[in-house]
Amino acid sequence: MAEIVIKNLQKKFGDFTAVQSSSFTIEDGEFFMLLGPSGCGKTTTLRMIAGLELPTSGEIYLDGEEVGMKPASERDIAFVFQMFALYPHMNVRKNISYPLVSQGMSRADVRAKVAEVAGILGIEDILDRSVGGLSGGDRQRVALGRAIVRDPKAFMMDEPLGALDAEFREHMAEELRALHDRMNATTVYVTHDQLEAMQMGDKIVVMNHGLVEQFGTPQEIYDKPHTMFVAEFIGSPPMNFLPFDGEVKPGATTAKLDGQTFAVPQQHEAASGKLVLGVRPEHVTLSDSAKYRGEVLATEYLGTTQIITLETGHGPVKARTSSAQAAKVGETVGLDFNSRTLTLFNGSSGKALKSTLNEGSFGNG
Amino acid sequence: MSAYSITEPSKRVKWIAGILVITYALVTIVPILWIFATGFKTPPDSISYPPKVIFQPSLEGYVNLFTTRTRLAQEDLDALPPPRTWYEAIVRNRNMVIAGPSRFGERFVNSVIIGFGSTFLSIFLGTLAAYGFSRFKVPLKDDLLFFILSTRMMPPVAVAIPIFLMYRQLGLSDTHLGMILLYTAVNISLAVWLLKGFIDEIPREYEEAALIDGYTRFQAFMKVVLPQAATGIASTAIFCLIFSWNEYAFAVLLTSGTAQTAPPFIPTIIGVGGLDWPAVAAAASIFLLPVMIFTILLRKHLLRGITFGAVRK
Repeated sequence: MAEIVIKNLQKKFGDFTAVQSSSFTIEDGEFFMLLGPSGCGKTTTLRMIAGLELPTSGEIYLDGEEVGMKPASERDIAFVFQMFALYPHMNVRKNISYPLVSQGMSRADVRAKVAEVAGILGIEDILDRSVGGLSGGDRQRVALGRAIVRDPKAFMMDEPLGALDAEFREHMAEELRALHDRMNATTVYVTHDQLEAMQMGDKIVVMNHGLVEQFGTPQEIYDKPHTMFVAEFIGSPPMNFLPFDGEVKPGATTAKLDGQTFAVPQQHEAASGKLVLGVRPEHVTLSDSAKYRGEVLATEYLGTTQIITLETGHGPVKARTSSAQAAKVGETVGLDFNSRTLTLFNGSSGKALKSTLNEGSFGNG
Repeated sequence: MSAYSITEPSKRVKWIAGILVITYALVTIVPILWIFATGFKTPPDSISYPPKVIFQPSLEGYVNLFTTRTRLAQEDLDALPPPRTWYEAIVRNRNMVIAGPSRFGERFVNSVIIGFGSTFLSIFLGTLAAYGFSRFKVPLKDDLLFFILSTRMMPPVAVAIPIFLMYRQLGLSDTHLGMILLYTAVNISLAVWLLKGFIDEIPREYEEAALIDGYTRFQAFMKVVLPQAATGIASTAIFCLIFSWNEYAFAVLLTSGTAQTAPPFIPTIIGVGGLDWPAVAAAASIFLLPVMIFTILLRKHLLRGITFGAVRK
């Protein structure tokens, strides 16, 4: 198993820059998520790590060794494709043993190893079937089997759950995570599904337009977004943005939105002009005593919680409250924000202003 | 009473379709059956009018096809010992003796060498080129592909004279190699285009999986791409073989002796001692067989090949 270090990695396809100078470190044994919308460069990054794409510039270290220009076959990395890419002309057993055959392993050893892997994945009964008739979940398991059979240095997974039914995805995600915990293998996992990333990942890299937006644990990324993109991409519903004109000075503990003052975490950075106050829906509470008012536009009942959409002086704000909270459409109510969780953003650059809340997390990435 | 269905044809439509298919099959298959039948007729039966559908089968056509014969006067025939073999007996009935084997065997072998040789070469080069066009960044790819296709835009015979002169200069006239190269040149554009379509349909992930699994690109090509492309290769091979097997114009023009194929040879049978239709039909029957067998063997692939890519799986 291995540590993977990415340094200033860049990939251009002609004039199009798919990945712009990314740097991050994947520690040994980590379940690492590359998260972003489609076209953000996450799959290209993964393919560069695996050796299916050569970087335009930058370095990739696998266990301290620079492998950026090595062919995929010499990197000892396994890859699980989105559509699984099981060899259609071979049965399950041959598919799983194929990577071992290339190493010149003896037939008896191959058989034993395949049996062991089949045992781990619970697919002993389908070993002699052709891959054509398998269910999605079984194909997924065979693809995993082909990946783990040769104990590679790391696993790359390109949206492996994307081709599965929603119902089954949940189950497979658990199975994958359990498999990872059992093998303790460094895993790099590409997804566009923020829930999947939060649920399974030890660390997440959020990418957009080929740039690394933020790199950290799921909690850090959720609670301390470094950019408005991350704040909006992660969380459902996303973070509320209240745009305003104003200024903050280092040491300030309040922000003034058109005469309305909100307590915020102590700021460490000066900024003025177009600013944005960010607040997660669950940190908005309805309170009659609050001065900041909004009109209830809609309520969505979600079982234990509900989403209340309010129209405020700074645009719509969504609040996630307990279902017990009474709210009627058309009513005007007061809004309170949990002051310790607020983030101020520079409205033009989209970057978060440094504060007591997020200061520590800027060290990463 | 079954429910009305939009996608399932009704019983009446099925009947009409069935009758149409059977009629078409009869129209196309009757001439072939007639050729096979004529091959087993005697020369008088073959030209009798009205044509005989039921007749006494004879192997005279086949014997005549494979032999050259000399006519002898009655007293010379009487002086000969009785015929030792059944085919000598057939020839003797017509007041002739066998002078030696005919050239049909050699011509047939030439056809096999040239037909299968050029098919193999077209497929070999075509697969490699198609793979390159399908998978790699080739400068001016679209222009090159169009150029390759453009070689098929005129009838090959249009360049017969330049090729004739060129072949004479190069010493390729009437050689197996010359004919193989010529048919390959004609077939390769078809092969590249057809095979590129088939290879485009094979997801790259299969090769990438093989690369990840520790194989080189060439091994991935051999072990993953080729088996996947088998359908396409088989159907392309049939098309190439049918062309080079049946080609007549260049064969007449460029071959006369050593490398002559069967198509220009078969009509010459007519000239030997009158119109020997059974021998011609026998030659045509034998000539049809290899392509028929080849097509029947690969027909599953052919059917899948023609409809390949029509429906996304």
